[in-house]
Amino acid sequence: MTSAVARTGVGRSPDRLISLLLLPVALIALGPILRLLAEGLGYGEGLTFAHVGEVMGRNSTRIALWHSLVTAGGGTVISVLIGAAFAFVVALTDIRAKAALVFCLMIPMMIPPQITALAWMQMMGPSSVLLKTLGIAPPMGSPQPLRSAGGIALLLGIQHAAIVFLTLRAGLRMIPADLVEAARMSGARGWRVWGRIVLPLSLPSLAAGAAMTFVTALGNFGIPAMLGIPARYSTLPTLIYQRLTGMGPSVLPEVAVLALLIGAVAIAGVLLSRLMLSRRSLGLVGLSGRPLALALGSARIWVEAGLWAFIFLILVLPLLALLATSLVPAYGVPLTFGSATFDAWNEVLLRQPVTRRAYANSLLLAGLASVILMAVALPLAWVMSRRPTIWTRAVDTLVDLPYALPGVVLAIACILAFMRIPFTGITLYGTLWIILIAYLARFLVVMLRPVQAAIGQLDPAMEEAAASAGARLGRRLWRIVLPLAAPSAAAGAILVFLTAVNELTVSALLWSSGTETLGVVIFNLEDSGETVMASALAMSIVVLVIALMGCVQIGAARLPKGVVPWQN
Amino acid sequence: MASIDITGVSKIYPGAAGRSVTGIDLTIADGEFIVLVGPSGCGKSTLLRMVAGLEDITEGEIRIAGRRVNDLEPADRDIAMVFQNYALYPHMTVRENMAYGLKNRKTPRDVIEARVAEAARMLELGPYLDRKPRALSGGQRQRVAMGRAIVRQPAAFLFDEPLSNLDAKLRVSMRGEIRRLQKRLGTTSIYVTHDQLEAMTLADRLVVLNGGRIEQVGTPLDIYHHPASTFVASFIGSPAMNLIDAEVSGNRVVIGDQAITLAAPVQGIGGPAVLGIRAEDLHPAPSGLLFRVDLVEELGAQRLVHGHVSGQGLTLALSPAHPLSETMTIAPAGPALHFFDVGTGRRIGDTAAARTGAGVMA
Ligand SMILES: Nc1ncnc2c1ncn2[C@@H]1O[C@H](COP(=O)(O)OP(=O)(O)OP(=O)(O)O)[C@@H](O)[C@H]1O
Ligand SMILES: [Mg+2]
Repeated sequence: MTSAVARTGVGRSPDRLISLLLLPVALIALGPILRLLAEGLGYGEGLTFAHVGEVMGRNSTRIALWHSLVTAGGGTVISVLIGAAFAFVVALTDIRAKAALVFCLMIPMMIPPQITALAWMQMMGPSSVLLKTLGIAPPMGSPQPLRSAGGIALLLGIQHAAIVFLTLRAGLRMIPADLVEAARMSGARGWRVWGRIVLPLSLPSLAAGAAMTFVTALGNFGIPAMLGIPARYSTLPTLIYQRLTGMGPSVLPEVAVLALLIGAVAIAGVLLSRLMLSRRSLGLVGLSGRPLALALGSARIWVEAGLWAFIFLILVLPLLALLATSLVPAYGVPLTFGSATFDAWNEVLLRQPVTRRAYANSLLLAGLASVILMAVALPLAWVMSRRPTIWTRAVDTLVDLPYALPGVVLAIACILAFMRIPFTGITLYGTLWIILIAYLARFLVVMLRPVQAAIGQLDPAMEEAAASAGARLGRRLWRIVLPLAAPSAAAGAILVFLTAVNELTVSALLWSSGTETLGVVIFNLEDSGETVMASALAMSIVVLVIALMGCVQIGAARLPKGVVPWQN
Repeated sequence: MASIDITGVSKIYPGAAGRSVTGIDLTIADGEFIVLVGPSGCGKSTLLRMVAGLEDITEGEIRIAGRRVNDLEPADRDIAMVFQNYALYPHMTVRENMAYGLKNRKTPRDVIEARVAEAARMLELGPYLDRKPRALSGGQRQRVAMGRAIVRQPAAFLFDEPLSNLDAKLRVSMRGEIRRLQKRLGTTSIYVTHDQLEAMTLADRLVVLNGGRIEQVGTPLDIYHHPASTFVASFIGSPAMNLIDAEVSGNRVVIGDQAITLAAPVQGIGGPAVLGIRAEDLHPAPSGLLFRVDLVEELGAQRLVHGHVSGQGLTLALSPAHPLSETMTIAPAGPALHFFDVGTGRRIGDTAAARTGAGVMA
């Protein structure tokens, strides 16, 4: 009896050690956010809302809030139009080459927003190299049409269309084909089936996707920074950035309030989205049968042509414009076979110390983040799946927070938390480490979810068999769980790497001389008029991103469901 | 009310190697209840969906009430279908689900109300009219699906395994309900199932499909008593008909080292054949085949005795009153022998085989 108890105690103790992992995870992921909350509520001066009231009462705050809502709202409308159209056609009809189409639709979301903005500015406006080369550029001195609320909303809409697409497509997949067939037999045709059956059933998914898009657009920094700052059109994230870079850490208490303001709006959006998602599964009766594949007949070729033309317009054309700009000897010169040169590419990739350092920093940060998170996510996901407690569930829910909250919010939170680490005199502000910690907090969930999907699909009996064969926990994790979860972990690591390389918002607020990231350097180059170099650097990143996405895509067929975000 | 004529219909799915349904010829009279039965994958649903207009017809022609429907939309064929998973619209109430098809056809509102009320009365759905489908039990959902078909007053009903998601008891009672309803409305119906018992009890005529072709068409009793092939013989009836290798010469049927002698010679058969005997057509007899018992299954009213005759497996259905022993002598009773070609499996010889005067060959 006693020996049995003792043996269980021994057998369990490594499990408890693993559970200790929850502590640092919670501390890094949630600590800074709690610190931010405390700051907003007047930490140090007693609990007071006076400070909040003062910041909120300012005109600049109200204008920026209004601008944020307008651009994010407009962007959401555009995302819904694009994402929904693609989702309905891809999920419901028999068009060909769906995988390629989806891949192309995902690219705008995966390339950094400031590159999107840069590319589109190269496509439009008076100094566009592409338009000049084609001889259709607007006259010099005419304004850049994208430097406006409409331009910001348009690009936000294109950047985030994939979010609506993915959520809606997942919802559409849940509609049984029988329902549509029953409606067709009941005398409904074409648009009526869609309007009376498909649309009402997919509305919750659509609403959830729209809410998530709104939250993401609200937190976007790259696009309003590139387009809005020159036009003196501030949104909340750019206002925070301008305050902090203009005045330094003294304005922290003030920007903390602004950060909390966006955070609050964002959390409302996330909750709305979750509510909608929980609704959509309620209604469906019976098993879902074959997925829908409505035959488009002779219209198919036209629909396909339309979709690909659209992809050309929003993806290929801007990237061509960016490429054209990166190849001219000087900004404003038309591109010809004679004048094309790789000088700018040479400069940014091989010569300029700043860009080379940025490449090194970004790759190092992204690499470290992927490796550390992979090492953390495996045992963490295992504990969550095999030894669930109230604490694991709490951490499971809360790790979404640093990713869902806008990047500026997390950045401010990190500055507050690590400016002076409690109980020590150490500061991380101004070092690469603060960016790394912010990345770890932010991207944990990107890594964790695929690993969770993989471990959730493993049969616990396999481990029990190993345990009964005498394998200790560490050995079991190493020899059984790791190899089986490895493909998903690798996909997760690449996704973390991709997202981290693309990252601008967090690093824009956390960088200092010597710790620039790629996102920051593109922004600074463009800001100082080095458009050609900015384009070359941006183009090289686009190539890197698409290559990494391609790697994931190639491996996608061999990964469990739910690992690759743009796969079924 | 309509007849349905299917002529030379085949289906090749895009991308499929061969035909999933091959050369179907079938004439269905007005008001008839036809059941398509066959093993999984034999093409029942495909044939039904071609009638419905949910699949294109690759070859051949389908006429409903004399009108060629090959190129008509499902909506224009005037037929109603009941789906296996019910396919109720989850966002509409029971009433709206039933009214939907009529609204699409711009039926006047008072007519819609009258028909929904009538269907609800017939199916005892009155109390549930304002509920959503998710608040109904399986059987109630099934009835709503039926109601949705009935209110349309279509020329034909199509059913694709409508009862397969219900538990056994409910299935039996719904089966009766469907049959009564169809008789009362007199609507031509095609019903797909792979459950041969359901097929037997529902059908005016059965269509047995195998590998995309029609194996046999006939009334349930006709098919039970005169299966056209070994496939039909083993598919229809439970337990399956005993099929054993035999050698026929004149009025002697040799099974291994034993033989039975028939009262009259079997017409047109000589040499090896497959002999079919239903379990209930074999009885203990003073003289006959030596049967070694392996296993007894008690079913209550009946017992199934499994064993073998000269090394070939055989099953008997006996009344529990019969005493059992390790070995028994058994003989077929009545016009109970069926013969099938060894190569093709088709039925051969005189159908009502012979009287038995069996004897054991030493
Ligand atoms: N959409 C399709 N594309 C290609 N082949 C198909 C398709 N649907 C069915 N088939 C094939 O056609 C054949 C007949 O299928 P069908 O669904 O009609 O069978 P069934 O008799 O209804 O079977 P079950 O009893 O399992 O429902 C099968 O071999 C199936 O694999
Ligand atoms: Mg079927």
